[in-house]
Amino acid sequence: MTTSPWLRRWGRFLRLSGLGTVLAFWRRSIRVRMVVSTVVLTALAVVLVGWVLLVQTRSGLLDHRVDATLAEVREEVAEAESGLAAASGVDVDASGQRTDLVEPIIERGLSRGFWVVLAGPVADGTAEGGSSGGRIADGGSEWSPGLDTASVPAKLEDHFQQVGASSAWTYADIRTGTGARLQHTPGIAVGSQVTLPANGTTYNLYFLVPLTQEQETLTLITRGLLVAGLILIVLIGAASWLVARRVVTPIRLARQTAERLAAGRLEERMAVTGEDDLARLAVSFNQMANNLQNQIRQLENLSRVQRRFTSDVSHELRTPLTTVRMASDVLHDARSRFDPAAARAAELLQKELDRFETLLVDLLEISRFDAGAAALDVDDVDLVDVAQRVADSYAPLAVKRGVRLEMHTPGRPCLAEADVRRVERILRNLVANAIDHAIGPTAGSRSGPATIDIYVDADSHAAAVAVRDHGVGLAPGEAAMVFNRFWRSDPARDRASGGTGLGLSIALEDARLHGGWLQAWGRPAEGAQFRLTLPRRIGAPLRHSPLPLVPVDAIDHADQVARAAEGAS
Amino acid sequence: MSLPADQTTTRGNVLVVDDDASLSEMLAIVLRQEGFDSQLVARGDEAMDAFHDYKPDVVLLDLMLPGMDGIEVCKQIRQESGVPIVMLTAKGDTVDVVVGLESGADDYVVKPFKPKELIARIRARVRRYDSAPSEQLTIGDLSIDVAGHQVTRAGQAIALTPLEFDLLVCLARKPHQVFSREVLLEQVWGYRHAADTRLVNVHVQRLRSKVEHDPENPEIVVTVRGVGYKAGPV
Repeated sequence: MTTSPWLRRWGRFLRLSGLGTVLAFWRRSIRVRMVVSTVVLTALAVVLVGWVLLVQTRSGLLDHRVDATLAEVREEVAEAESGLAAASGVDVDASGQRTDLVEPIIERGLSRGFWVVLAGPVADGTAEGGSSGGRIADGGSEWSPGLDTASVPAKLEDHFQQVGASSAWTYADIRTGTGARLQHTPGIAVGSQVTLPANGTTYNLYFLVPLTQEQETLTLITRGLLVAGLILIVLIGAASWLVARRVVTPIRLARQTAERLAAGRLEERMAVTGEDDLARLAVSFNQMANNLQNQIRQLENLSRVQRRFTSDVSHELRTPLTTVRMASDVLHDARSRFDPAAARAAELLQKELDRFETLLVDLLEISRFDAGAAALDVDDVDLVDVAQRVADSYAPLAVKRGVRLEMHTPGRPCLAEADVRRVERILRNLVANAIDHAIGPTAGSRSGPATIDIYVDADSHAAAVAVRDHGVGLAPGEAAMVFNRFWRSDPARDRASGGTGLGLSIALEDARLHGGWLQAWGRPAEGAQFRLTLPRRIGAPLRHSPLPLVPVDAIDHADQVARAAEGAS
Repeated sequence: MSLPADQTTTRGNVLVVDDDASLSEMLAIVLRQEGFDSQLVARGDEAMDAFHDYKPDVVLLDLMLPGMDGIEVCKQIRQESGVPIVMLTAKGDTVDVVVGLESGADDYVVKPFKPKELIARIRARVRRYDSAPSEQLTIGDLSIDVAGHQVTRAGQAIALTPLEFDLLVCLARKPHQVFSREVLLEQVWGYRHAADTRLVNVHVQRLRSKVEHDPENPEIVVTVRGVGYKAGPV
């Protein structure tokens, strides 16, 4: 984690420098990656091949030149020695002989383009003086005019510090001229020992042969290789650009087509040309799009059929039901004039018609949710207002059932964007449900009527209503099941308020339609609490509720596991 | 017990336009029991002729009709008369209801309705024909003659349906009070228990389209966001 600030700074640098854009381009464009990597790999290959070629050529050229030079030097030395031997009778003086030896060679060197240095004499066990010698710097040397004698490599000189050393050669940097006109020429230095017949002293003879011609040849070859390599790289780069385009263009087309498909234009297809892999990609892509389109059409069709069916059933059932309903009302009103059996039949007809009607309305509502045909009619809604209205409308039933409804409001409006009819329906469901279950098996031992608490609260993000009863409560695991269609906690229980078993399912769907939560909490014999939470603004995500799901009075039993279950999320 | 059909003093004449014969007959029975006279029409294209002959006090209008759409019938009646129209709809969908109300209906009931609920609504619509005391009101640049059921702007009469008129009078009587939709439903429609507040929204829009200079920026019927409506500054 210590590197993260560094990385961040690096990232900022990248952003600032524009390198980030380049990197992003690199990451996003296959073509750029293909071309750049091809060019880099080609460049590496060209450099490698060029280098091998150069090394080969150079060594070939130099080997040849060295062989020729050595042969030439041997010839020179042999000629000089034979010349000395022939002239030994004429001139017996050692320095004269030395001059005789070196002069013609220097002259030949001047005319043929090499330099000569004669150094010595080389100290020998038999030599007088006994001092070591043979180094050019020791004096007594002779050399071609204009040559800097330091051009002879010290290592070569070392080699010739003894009499009888074999010929040797090495590369050398030949320096000629002085001061500003000093010239460096690459060359080879060949050394050889010559013994004067006059006094038997041995001298070192160094030949410095320039490699100007070879260097020029090498430069030429290098330049040629460089140009050829560059042309190759550019050509391969261009070729890979073209190839990449041929590959990337269909991919890009596929991407654009996929984007259009995703945007809902299901009739989009790719053009298929040829039979290669790219064409097969296009074929598979189109096949996928076809299947997708078919599936979506089928689903759309199903949904439309379902919606249509719901609407038709609704209409076809409602008209006769209205007639039956009115007929039943007329019969019911006139039942006092019927005989007892017919009067009772009229009463039963009326009562069951009520039930049938609520059930039909609920079923139609559920199928409208299932068909996705439910729509919101949104307005600013004060939940306090709605809760109060619902509580008022249920007050008569509550009194009849011996239940007290108690409102707990924060004393200010609790606003949320919602469909007031749906919110009211949710709350009616919750309150009716609470009244149904408010009186549990233990209620007989309580003093006073059973209470149902209705809490309302809101903050800046959400508004909530919680309906709490102190009745039978919910068994573990039931909190999640209460929202299931036609679910009953106890099949034997009576539904006095006329619930259909769909109320909470519809309430849950209503809450979901708002992007809200409807959750249940309950414990056996301690009652249950249902909490509705709605976002302050439609479409805003919900993260918390202004009211607790587990009632405050139930938290005291902290040792018990809170059996809160989320019914909706 | 029930009133005889040939009684001359009925509470009102109701024209029932519905293609379901059983329902129409049943409606006629219930209406007769409640003291209303009724005439039945089964086709949309026959509705206008019956309307002219019968001169009803209230029209009960089904939305789905053979011959001519209920919406169309509603529009044609509205062109000639402000007679109260109550829609009978088998679809509780918001769209159907709003379309019906926007085409000129005063109210609607969703099938299956309770007969008493329907009767209550018909009564609420007919009741307004009771004579009102002479009263003169102003709202914005409009003057209202309550007894004469007339609204004028600079001497020019503006045609309003009775319900729109009642709505305007209700707001004009207490110029500074904000009316919630529920209160308006009770005072104008006469519904004790909260019905659909969309009734109020649609009727306010219709009223505005007739009395406002610019219905997009209302000055006479002003919305108080989150609460309801009030009369604009005089």
